[in-house]
Amino acid sequence: MSTTAADDTVVEEAEVTDAVREAIAKAFADELGDAFLDQHITPGRDLWIRVDATAWVQAATFARDKLGMTWLDYISAIDWLPNPYGREMDAEQDWVVHGGGPNDKDAEEMTSGVAGGHTRFQALLRLYSIEEQIGVHIKADLDDSAPAIDTLIPVFAGATWHEREMWEMFGINIIGHPDLRVLYLPTGFEGNPLRKDYPLVSRRVKPWPGIVDVEAMPGADDDADGEATDGEANE
Amino acid sequence: MTTDINAEFDITNNEQLRYIAAQAADARVNVELETEGMTLNIGPQHPATHGTLRIVARLDGEQVISAEPIMGYMHRGYEKLTEVRTYPQVTTLINRIDWVGSFANEVPFILAAEELMEVEAPPRAQYIRTALFEMGRIANIMLFLGDMAVQLGGVTAIFYAFRDREFVLNQIESATGGRFHPNFNRIGGVKDDLPAGWIKETKSSMQKVRDFCDEMEDLVVGNEIFQARCRGVGIIPADVAMAYGLSGANLRGSGVDWDLRRDADSPLAWKDLDWKVWTHPDGDSFSRYWVRLQETREATYMVEQLLDGLPAGPVMAKVPRIIKVPAGESYVQTENPLGAMGYYVVSKGELTPFRVKIRTASFSNMSISPWLLEGVLVPDIATILASLYFILGDIDR
Amino acid sequence: MNPLISSFLAINPPYWVDTLAKIGIGLVAVLLPTGALVYLFLFKMMSFMQSRLGPMETGPYGQLQLLAEFGKFLQKEDIFPSKADRFVFAAAPFVVLVSTFMLVLVLPGGPDTHFVDLNTGIYFAMAVSSVSVIGILMAGWGSNSKYSLLGGIRAAGQLIAYELPLVLSVVGVVIMAGTLNMKGIVAAQADFGVWFIIPQIIGFFIFMVAVQAELTQPPFDMPVAESELVTGYLTEYSGMRFLLFFIGEFATAAVFSAIGATLFLGGWTVPFVDANAEIMDYIGPLVLAAKMVFIAFLIFWFRITYPRFREDQLQRLAWKFLIPLSLFNIVVTAIFKVVF
Repeated sequence: MSTTAADDTVVEEAEVTDAVREAIAKAFADELGDAFLDQHITPGRDLWIRVDATAWVQAATFARDKLGMTWLDYISAIDWLPNPYGREMDAEQDWVVHGGGPNDKDAEEMTSGVAGGHTRFQALLRLYSIEEQIGVHIKADLDDSAPAIDTLIPVFAGATWHEREMWEMFGINIIGHPDLRVLYLPTGFEGNPLRKDYPLVSRRVKPWPGIVDVEAMPGADDDADGEATDGEANE
Repeated sequence: MTTDINAEFDITNNEQLRYIAAQAADARVNVELETEGMTLNIGPQHPATHGTLRIVARLDGEQVISAEPIMGYMHRGYEKLTEVRTYPQVTTLINRIDWVGSFANEVPFILAAEELMEVEAPPRAQYIRTALFEMGRIANIMLFLGDMAVQLGGVTAIFYAFRDREFVLNQIESATGGRFHPNFNRIGGVKDDLPAGWIKETKSSMQKVRDFCDEMEDLVVGNEIFQARCRGVGIIPADVAMAYGLSGANLRGSGVDWDLRRDADSPLAWKDLDWKVWTHPDGDSFSRYWVRLQETREATYMVEQLLDGLPAGPVMAKVPRIIKVPAGESYVQTENPLGAMGYYVVSKGELTPFRVKIRTASFSNMSISPWLLEGVLVPDIATILASLYFILGDIDR
Repeated sequence: MNPLISSFLAINPPYWVDTLAKIGIGLVAVLLPTGALVYLFLFKMMSFMQSRLGPMETGPYGQLQLLAEFGKFLQKEDIFPSKADRFVFAAAPFVVLVSTFMLVLVLPGGPDTHFVDLNTGIYFAMAVSSVSVIGILMAGWGSNSKYSLLGGIRAAGQLIAYELPLVLSVVGVVIMAGTLNMKGIVAAQADFGVWFIIPQIIGFFIFMVAVQAELTQPPFDMPVAESELVTGYLTEYSGMRFLLFFIGEFATAAVFSAIGATLFLGGWTVPFVDANAEIMDYIGPLVLAAKMVFIAFLIFWFRITYPRFREDQLQRLAWKFLIPLSLFNIVVTAIFKVVF
């Protein structure tokens, strides 16, 4: 219990495989069958699996009961929509003021992260086993038009607050949650702040100051590794 | 006044009307008294809650029927803000989540970014990081040790805590430039090397912290009233704690032997040190206080070991001036002073992160409070919340 | 007519002058020690024990801080919570103060220095001190605030519970002295040779604990539990009314300390000095003041150090521990008094 459980089989410069995490992924695949969609392992670090949203509770129950992952880390979500507001760090000038830029952004494809995914919203759950010192990230694609997921309260009592936050920040309906109220936001708040199309108001009002004045670091004009200095307006 | 209540009701009879009105008023009072308990708002402006926390307690006399914390008075929207900040800017921002042990907030994020960039900080930087991390822990828990006594009424302990904390904060300041918000981590190492004479002074301040811990052991832990108020109050069974995601001393106070410093594979220097993890089987408020007291002492020994074995070398790896973290997702969790804090960083290869999910310890720690506060007496609310030890910035982000 | 004043001034003033003089001296006798206690113990001793300095700016070493506080409270707005019962709310501090000022009447300052020579001195003192409970309840109820109500109810339970040990601990002293008269008790200690604290050590302990509770000082400050109830029954008071409560709290501490000094530490007597000497008429009050400061020091020392009890623990302490202990003390004292 005091040594890391990740079992790295280093094969020279070739692929590093993580036998323990492979086994866990396989256990999920066996249990969930068709609902098990994808997996990703960063060897020695972490395991991601993607399941169908209908198997959310089943996956969590399986992890808790059979894999010993009794510790609830967090439940959250990711919004994969690229930010439609153009005032980003790489802007050479403020797009809203000077034009250009954001039009390209509209065409930017929405990509998902590790373990794949097709939808805009993905639910993210992390469970951890204190005995084995190993955890798993479980992702699930949610319906774009009406994102919804089952509640995990029957499995982990501590899911209450995490799901309330998910609901208020992303607008994801938690099916079966007994007490869906706002957690952080004032009562009667309209909108879901963590959605990408919810603007960060301060940025609408005032652009990133970095566009205005980025000075060269004193005496450090060389960039190590020869990285291009993109997105920096040198006055 | 004698009213024959059996007499025929006569609307013009003033006496009868007065009598009926009195009966009605009486009945209203009785109905009101039948309601379930009194709702008491504790906070958000309150002299002794840890910041702007509001607890809505429904009481039946002195007994709590239900108590629910209402948060969000300090919600600053960190997860949204990180989407428009470069990685070094995010470091400055996240300092302020747990503002008492603030160096510790930066570390998991920096480690996650370094993992995606496949950059390793040099050993000297890792040692310095670990030393400052532990000093942040010491500063944080010293506050707790004094504060829990204050919540229970023993006002003197917190002055000693603040006085002795100054030694640690002075050391943090002389190394990083900031007492509370060091902002010292950089992707690839730390910003600067240590100033001259820092090691010696830090070791002497560690001795002062140990003296303080002995004093607290005498003044607070040994105090019969403190024990009477804390023992058996707010017992959290280990399985309930795990279902709620409790971490840190809250979990170790329930007997679960888990410490991310020892158990997780971290590039920081903990595995080079000789130290032990403290647990207590009881799971009540006293055991959480006791575990934190021992942890503070243990942290001082760790800092001394780190400073003794400080390797020479650079404090910063070669990283480009403009940090663009390659695409990927990574999650790093460390044993912060308040518990297990983790950052889930989603990067799309740009200057700014795409999504950062900040998993804070106090959020999960506090999620157990509605369950825990049912059926206790009103003074126990203060004891239990003090022993769970949250920082509002950590709950509200 | 007080023989001291008549002998000192060599005149025989009329009754009303005499009464006015006594009222004036009484007010001074209460307020001056109160001020001294507040400065010495609350500002300075508490600060030093908490490794800080306390007020230093106002006057040399902050000695004029009291004056500054007085002025500050005077010029504050007199706030009445809406829907508060105005009469009850306004009268509450005065009820508490009245009981305190009446307590000082029975204190003997010397063989001939006293306000009134009551044969039921200590009995009167105990009875009158209970009146402050009403004042606190009035404050808690009249504020129309849930915090105050909780504080007031806790106070009622606590103060009534600790009345009994207070009275019973005094009974041991009364048995040894053979009289309820305060002057008689002092004289009995002079006769007995050793102050009653030695034979009545259990009674002294119970008395100190009960006084701590009667003053709602930590560890018995549930009614004013800062971390839960803001200031309990005092929450809605501001300005002058709060100052009245504040004065009441410290005045009661001063007077109870003086009563404790009289009962257990020999009052105004000094060892090796004849108790009836005329010099004691003038030095006696000073001696009593010194002893009062010592007992007040103990009270405030406990206040600063200990966390507070929960009420059920508090009540258990009173009913299940202090009362049986004080009864035991009485029995032992009685047996000793009869046998020896």
